[in-house]
Parts: sequence; structure tokens; C-alpha cells
Amino acid sequence: MRILVAMSGGVDSSVVAGLLKDEGHEVIGATLQLYDHGQATKTGSCCAGRDIMDARAVADRLGIPHYVIDAEERFRRSVIDRFAESYARGETPVPCVACNQGVKFSDLLGMARDLGCEAMATGHYVRRHAGAEGVEMHRPVDLDRDQSWFLFATTSAQLDFLRFPLGEMPDKEAVRAVAMKMGLPVASKPDSQDICFVPQGSYVDLVETLRPETLEAGDIVDATGRVLGRHDGIARYTIGQSKRLGDINTKSAGGVRQMVTRIDAPARRIVVGPRDASGRTEFRLRDMNWLVGNGQAGEARRTLRCGVQLRAREAVRQAWVMESDDGQAVVRLDEPAWPAPGQACVLYADTRVLGGGFIRLDAA
Amino acid sequence: MTVYLDANASEPLRPAAFEVMARAAFLSGNPSSIHAEGQAARRVLEDARQVLAEAFGTEADGVIFTSGGTEANALALHAFRRQRLAMGATEHDAIRTPARRHAQVTALDVTPEGALDIDALGAFLDSGDAALVCVMAANNETGVLHPIREIAALCRSAGAWLHVDAVQAAGRVPVTLDTLGADSLAISGHKFGGPKGAGALLTRAATVDPLIQGGGQERGRRGGTPPLPAIAGMAAALREALAEDGSQQRVWRDRIEAAAREVGARVAGADAPRLGQTSALVLDGVAAQTQLIALDLAGYAVSAGAACSSGKVAFSHVLDAMGYGVAAGHAIRVSLPWNVEESDVEGFIAAYRAMALRLGGAGRRA
Repeated sequence: MRILVAMSGGVDSSVVAGLLKDEGHEVIGATLQLYDHGQATKTGSCCAGRDIMDARAVADRLGIPHYVIDAEERFRRSVIDRFAESYARGETPVPCVACNQGVKFSDLLGMARDLGCEAMATGHYVRRHAGAEGVEMHRPVDLDRDQSWFLFATTSAQLDFLRFPLGEMPDKEAVRAVAMKMGLPVASKPDSQDICFVPQGSYVDLVETLRPETLEAGDIVDATGRVLGRHDGIARYTIGQSKRLGDINTKSAGGVRQMVTRIDAPARRIVVGPRDASGRTEFRLRDMNWLVGNGQAGEARRTLRCGVQLRAREAVRQAWVMESDDGQAVVRLDEPAWPAPGQACVLYADTRVLGGGFIRLDAA
Repeated sequence: MTVYLDANASEPLRPAAFEVMARAAFLSGNPSSIHAEGQAARRVLEDARQVLAEAFGTEADGVIFTSGGTEANALALHAFRRQRLAMGATEHDAIRTPARRHAQVTALDVTPEGALDIDALGAFLDSGDAALVCVMAANNETGVLHPIREIAALCRSAGAWLHVDAVQAAGRVPVTLDTLGADSLAISGHKFGGPKGAGALLTRAATVDPLIQGGGQERGRRGGTPPLPAIAGMAAALREALAEDGSQQRVWRDRIEAAAREVGARVAGADAPRLGQTSALVLDGVAAQTQLIALDLAGYAVSAGAACSSGKVAFSHVLDAMGYGVAAGHAIRVSLPWNVEESDVEGFIAAYRAMALRLGGAGRRA
């Protein structure tokens, strides 16, 4: 079949293109240009100008057509601007989810359909199964590389069209071995890390440029509003953090270690509490995406007993999740935790992704 | 097999040019050398210079060979750096980018048909002493011909130097310094069937401010040993191009445009005087890059906007200046090469129709 491969220029998506080509498919390579490379150039991340050249070199090696797709403006509006706006609201955003949701799985996928492709493949580490009630998303074989948390917002229709050949790979070494065997020029290229559009890993500078108010100084207070100290910008903090609190962390409240429990953006205040405080059991999610059916006919809303994962690298917690109005949901954890607004809460049943949403600001 | 319909990016090499190039490539001598071998090389260089001089209406010493159109334009602008300058809003980046280094640069509006707005030029010239005006003879994306003679008359009475980027016009429509009334012209060999790597700045005045100095070549105006095969090939290609009238291409171009309109396309600059082998086809609601890729996969090489080195398709500043708004991102350029055949045209029409019927029209997402 004709299949479009989203090629970042890294080893993973390059191997995907090679594998599909070897299977006899008509492979079309596409690389998104997401930002001006003159302005944000860094190595070891996903989309510098070097990466476009690498993707092209891989396509040449494989003998497949390759195109560079200009998504700069769309990326700036739908990912970078929202990233900064989220900090301004006092959240901790996940830009990779917004990018997958919009630029990749809406725009590029739409283009793949327009070009007469029957599928689009990416180098994500996640598995797609044809289940009894439709396609399912699962964690990959290599749990160290699991990207399912970042892909929770993939709709059923998108999932239907997508292919993730690396989900079955045992580990990264196996992927590199395939690249080596195919003679791909990126076989030993370092993995990308962090946020691709942030130069030198300093997201604060970028956010400051776009939303200067998020880096203005303000008070650090306790739960009663008592001022304990000063901070140098709410965008530097996330819920659960105990760094950057200065001597508050150790001396206040009778030597009890403190951590951030709430970010009050309008008042520019960081609220702290004892580190061993128990957190909360109930919070709400917005922009829910469901990858599991309603179950019972006639039952309008879902109620699930499942695992939830509140951060990219964190263990699953047991919870009840109840669908509510307007694409929202309520989560009730068995044990209290510290959910951070803006982060994703992804629902799992064993390896399967059941859906997820973004943690609402009023959760804190 | 790909059908090549992207002549404005680069014309296919003319076999006559290649023959001349192959002979020139075996001339060991450096045109600057005193010995017989050097003299043989110099004869080839000077013969080529004479061909260009006659073709564009100047003397031999009014021809300065360059690496191509970009360098010729840059050389023309270089003499006027930090002076007051105006250029058309639809100029190529070879003008727009170096122009940004000038202290005062004004982009002059174009009409909805893409031709320079004469009133805008008049107002600019009235508003102060202008050193330089840059207007292209033919636009690379639409083929629209600017009213250079009128522009020249205004520039002359205002005392401004008129530099014409004739890269797309040369070899396709008559252009000489006299008939246009220009003070300098930039041309590029590969745009009329010569090899890539040679171009020229043509002027009447013998002096320019060099960009590249060195061994005094080109009378000290452009240093470096000239690429003899490319220059000889350029001259041979120019001779052949000037002998053609392009009427067959015009017939086929019109056929393409009629077919495109039937499936909902608009033709940018259709009512303006323009080159006979260029069409800017706007298919509303369909991203140019999608059209380009779909046609490429079907075996037809066309383009959109100005080619960017990264290969990405950029929004067309030309159609934007013509008032197309969001549709400036929905246009492709078809430019028929000198060796296009009727079957290429028929094949393209079928591929374009199929694409437009699948992707265009109402009810489609933007």
C-alpha cells in the first residue's frame, strides 16, 4: 500500500521507513519543518536543520521520495504559543501531546489521506492492535521507550489510519541494529531528548520571551497565605517541586521539607506545604479522548475502574474515572497524589490505553 | 519517468549548448594567460561576450560574467549600498534579500494583476532623491511582464538608476537595455537552456563596485577565473533561444489554463501581459505543498513559490502582494520548458484534473 512515514531524521523513524519499504510498500517520506532553524538550533533534539538533511539522506539511501512540509506557523500557534500560555495560567504543559494531536495527527495525517495514502507510520514506541471493538492502543514491548502517555489524545479514527512498527521492537539496540544492517546514515545518531523547540534545554527563556509576566518575581506563601519568601517566576515551578524554594525548603515549619502544592498565576504566588502532606484524591480532567467504548448500550457516560498515570515517567495509580459533561471527567484516586494542572492523566487497563485528558487548573 | 514542467526553476540543457561546453572543457588554457593556449581560451570567452553584448544591446565591455542571476543582481545592488532604493513587491529573493542591507528600501505595490503600480513608483520618486529602482522584467511565479518602458521613463526623469532582473525574461521575450530603457540587466544562463553556473550583469557603463576582487578578471569588476564551459554554453543556448518564438508553448499553456479553470482553478495574472509558458494556478483550499507532492507522485514536476534550499514550500509572497490572501498558499506554478511535447501537456492536464477533482471543490476541509 502507499504509506506516508513521518521522518524526523532520527534513527527510529528512519528504521520505520526502511522496514515498510522492505515489506514492499510504496513509502513516501515527509519531514515537518517546525521552526526556523537559524533561531533554534540544538543537537540531540528532534528537529534542527541537520535533522531535515539526515531524513533526506535516509530517503535517498532507501530510494523513496521525500518532502519537507512547512508547518512553522501552525506549530508556533498550536504548540509554542500554547506552551507559554499554559505556563501563564499556572500549568505545567506537555507540548509533545499538542504537537502529536495537531501538526502530526491532524495536519500531516490529513495530507497523507489527500495524497492517496492508506496509512501513515511514525517512529513512536507504542503498539496498535486490532481488537474486537476496533483498534486499540497499547504500551510497547520496550517499556523503557514507552510513548503511549504522549499519544493518549490520538482519536480512534486517527489510530485506525496510523502504524507504529517500533512498538514490537524488543529494545533500542535492536532498532539500531536494523538501521546498521540497512546502511542508514543515522544508525548511531544520538537519541533526541527534551523539548525539540527549546534551545539548550532552557524553556524558561522561551516562555519569558512570549509571556514575560511568567518570569516576574512574586511571593512564596504557605497554605494560610503567610509569606515565606520570594520566587523568580511561576514558570519555573511545577506541583510537587521542592527545588528553587531557597531556605524555605529546610527552615520553615519547624524544619519540615516543603514543596509546591499550588501555583496561583493571577496573584503570581507559589503556594507550598509540607513535603509529606498527603495531596488529593479527586480532580477533574478536560479535553478527554476516549479509546474505549461506552460498554452498555443506553448508558450515556463511562465509569471505569482503571490505572491512571499522572506524569510521563511515573507509576500507574489505581482509580475510578467517571465521564462527565462537555468532554470532561472526574478522577478519584485510591491513594492521594499531587496532580499538576496541564499535565496529562492517561487511563490504562494493563498495557492498553483507554483514553485520557488534561488535568484541570481547578484540580490544585 | 518524470515530465518536467518547471522551466522557470531551470530550463533543460540544450544539446547545442552541451556540445560547445564539451569542446570548451578541453581548452586547458586560462583566458588570462599569454601563451597560445590562453589565447584560445580567451577567444571562446570573448566570442561569448560578444553574443551577449549583441543580444542585450551593449558593447563587449558592458558584459560582466558572474556565477548566475543572484550574483548579477547582488553586483548591481552593491554599488548603491546604503542609498535610497525601491523595488517591486514581487521581486525574487535575489533582489529582496540583498536589498534589506540598504538603509532605506521601499517595496512598491503591484496591481491585482501583478504588474508594478506605476503610481506607487511615481510617488516614491517624488518623495525624495532615489538612487536605484529594481524591477524584474518577468515575474518568476506568474510570468507577468512589468511595464519596464514606463518605469524607465519615470526613473530617467528622476535621475534614478533602473536595474532590471531579466532572469526569467531573457531568451523568452525581447529584452535589451535600449528597448527596456534599463541601466543594467541581470541574466542567468540556465534559465534559457544553458548550464547552471554562469550569468551576467549587462550595463552600458563600464564601472561597477566589485563584490569579488582578485586577479583583475572582467576588467577588475569580478575576480576569479571564469567558468569557460558554462559561459560558452550560455552563449550557445542564448543564440538558440532567441531563434524561437515560443508560440507553440503559448498554445499549450492556454490549453492547460482552460482545463484548470474547468476544474475550479484560477490563473493569477491572467489578464496581464506575461510570458507565454508560465501559469500560476490557484486551487482554492488545497495547500500548495499537497498539490506539488500529489503531482510529483503522479510523475509531473512543477513548483510553488520560490524554491527554498531546504525544499520546503513557502507561502507565495508574489500572490500575497497581488491580494490573494490565504490563497497565496494554494498556488502552483507550471512553466513549460523549451523542449516540452504535446503528450507532456496532455498528461499533465489529466493529472491536474484528477488531483483537482479529488482535493478541490466545496465541502473540503481547508
